[in-house]
Amino acid sequence: MSTALYIWLDPNVQWILFGSMLLGLSSGVIGSFAYLRKQSLMGDALSHAALPGVCIAFMLSGSKSIGLFLLGAAVAGVIATFGIGFITRNSRVKQDAALAIVLTVFFGIGIVLLTRIQHSGNGNQSGLDKFLFGQAASMMLSDVMIMAAISLVLVTVCSLLFKEFKLLSFDPGFARGIGYPVAFMDQLIMFLIVVAVVVGIQAVGVVLMSALLITPAVSARYWTEKLGMMVVLAGLFGALSGLIGTFISASGNNLPTGPLTVLVATAVFALSVAAAPRRGVISKLLLRASVRTQVRREQAEVSGERRNRAV
Amino acid sequence: MSTFWIVLTGALVASACSIVGCFLVLRKMAMIGDAISHAVLPGIVIAFLIGGSRDSLLMLLGAAAIGLLAVFLIQWFHQSGVPSDASIGVVFTALFAAGVVLVSMYTRDIDLDLDCVLYGEIAYVPWNMLQIAGVDIGPKAVWGVGLALLLSVVLIAAFYKQFKICSFDPAMAAAVGIPVALFHYLLMGLVSVSTVASFESVGAILVVGMLVVPPATAYLLTEKLGRMIVYSVLIGCASSVIGYFAASMLDASIAGSMISIAGGIFLIALLFSPSHGVVLRKIKQKQMVRQASIAE
Repeated sequence: MSTALYIWLDPNVQWILFGSMLLGLSSGVIGSFAYLRKQSLMGDALSHAALPGVCIAFMLSGSKSIGLFLLGAAVAGVIATFGIGFITRNSRVKQDAALAIVLTVFFGIGIVLLTRIQHSGNGNQSGLDKFLFGQAASMMLSDVMIMAAISLVLVTVCSLLFKEFKLLSFDPGFARGIGYPVAFMDQLIMFLIVVAVVVGIQAVGVVLMSALLITPAVSARYWTEKLGMMVVLAGLFGALSGLIGTFISASGNNLPTGPLTVLVATAVFALSVAAAPRRGVISKLLLRASVRTQVRREQAEVSGERRNRAV
Repeated sequence: MSTFWIVLTGALVASACSIVGCFLVLRKMAMIGDAISHAVLPGIVIAFLIGGSRDSLLMLLGAAAIGLLAVFLIQWFHQSGVPSDASIGVVFTALFAAGVVLVSMYTRDIDLDLDCVLYGEIAYVPWNMLQIAGVDIGPKAVWGVGLALLLSVVLIAAFYKQFKICSFDPAMAAAVGIPVALFHYLLMGLVSVSTVASFESVGAILVVGMLVVPPATAYLLTEKLGRMIVYSVLIGCASSVIGYFAASMLDASIAGSMISIAGGIFLIALLFSPSHGVVLRKIKQKQMVRQASIAE
């Protein structure tokens, strides 16, 4: 207990917790739009694709500057989205296979580069493999501030363009009809996903960053039918997962942050599946039971009347 | 000799994965392969913690069971209204996260390395020989993957027609009385078994890559399922052989280079395939435009 208290009081840790919370918030918000547009797995492909970008940024600069990594990962992510689009538009390979191809090939190239860096004997490289699973505790204060700032920008963009994104998610044809720049907004959402993924890499790692985009949004969908409410809830769930996951990871047991955050998000999801009103398992069972008793009662009444009539 | 074993293991993994991968690509379930290969991790770890060794049958069964559980959960969420891509994403990330946490918790006590799990150490394959009566009969990985390959070949050869109809027209398959759900889970079981057998020696990333990239390449080259399977096995084997030598030249991860080579072959097929290539189609279009203008 004393260590837990100590962690809360450390200003550095407070910043890290704050940063992870904002990260969860922004990825939950953007994930909601990705979910509605059936692009949930895009985040998975993009986060894997970021690895070669990070490695090339390191090889070119020789330093572990977070800004350059973000730039490299963002460039790789944009190339990956174009690659997926190119494959699906220009061949008969479907989107799921295109996603999987881009994901594995980019990640494979990333692994080749990563092992080359590791074997090159550059003493500065240690800790680069932390990008695979994330280690929030090893982040510098400046990294956390960058992360928090970008997350805030993401949330602001989403709330300013909420109406446009809403229309785009539900009825792109109508959006085009009333003159929205649909292609541009498509790219914008994709770019926001790339940014969210890139920002989250250091805290959560490339392998599991996609979960932060998907799981809170899916959980939120269980509770509400309104997009506004869903986005708020997804942000809330994401923030909660980021906060608790990072807290457990930072409490000194040296577990990687990404998987813990994802497990917290999964616990929230499981709770939503079980307990959500109307769509949850429990409420469905209750509804079914009440309908059954009602039907039985009506049947009993009907057969009772019939018997009375017969008598 | 060790080069031979590594290349052989790579080729076996490529063959085992690309055979079942063909059906995944045709049924638009490529990401399910990704999901299973990540999701089996907790099964492997738990079986390892119970069994205490890395080569038990228990491990294979545990992992295959978790793989099928993942497929079942994805199906269930999908049926209760979650879009299939989102349900895939939720299920496999959750299971993989659980696996990573388990590995990290026990990583000090056991020799199951996280990096190894993710991108494998196919280079260590020759060090883990299987001995019978004191005689080396080849690395354990070769036997494991070889058996998985044999199983897929036997099952798919036996039920080739059923698998084929199920992939192209599930409604018709159901109408003519083929148990579609059974073959769905049989295929998923084969994916799990191939994944698990390959996983430990070559890592998740090579498995996912070999499940999707060679079949997708073959898909661009032919219209016949039989040929597609043969082509994808050949492409998979070629990329594992070339990838191995590229890796030893670059002094980099072998599994990573195999995937990169497979990706290169896919890119070539995407651009220059005789029937579906982007470049050749453009040329044909131009020719037709010219002919049309001449005719006018």
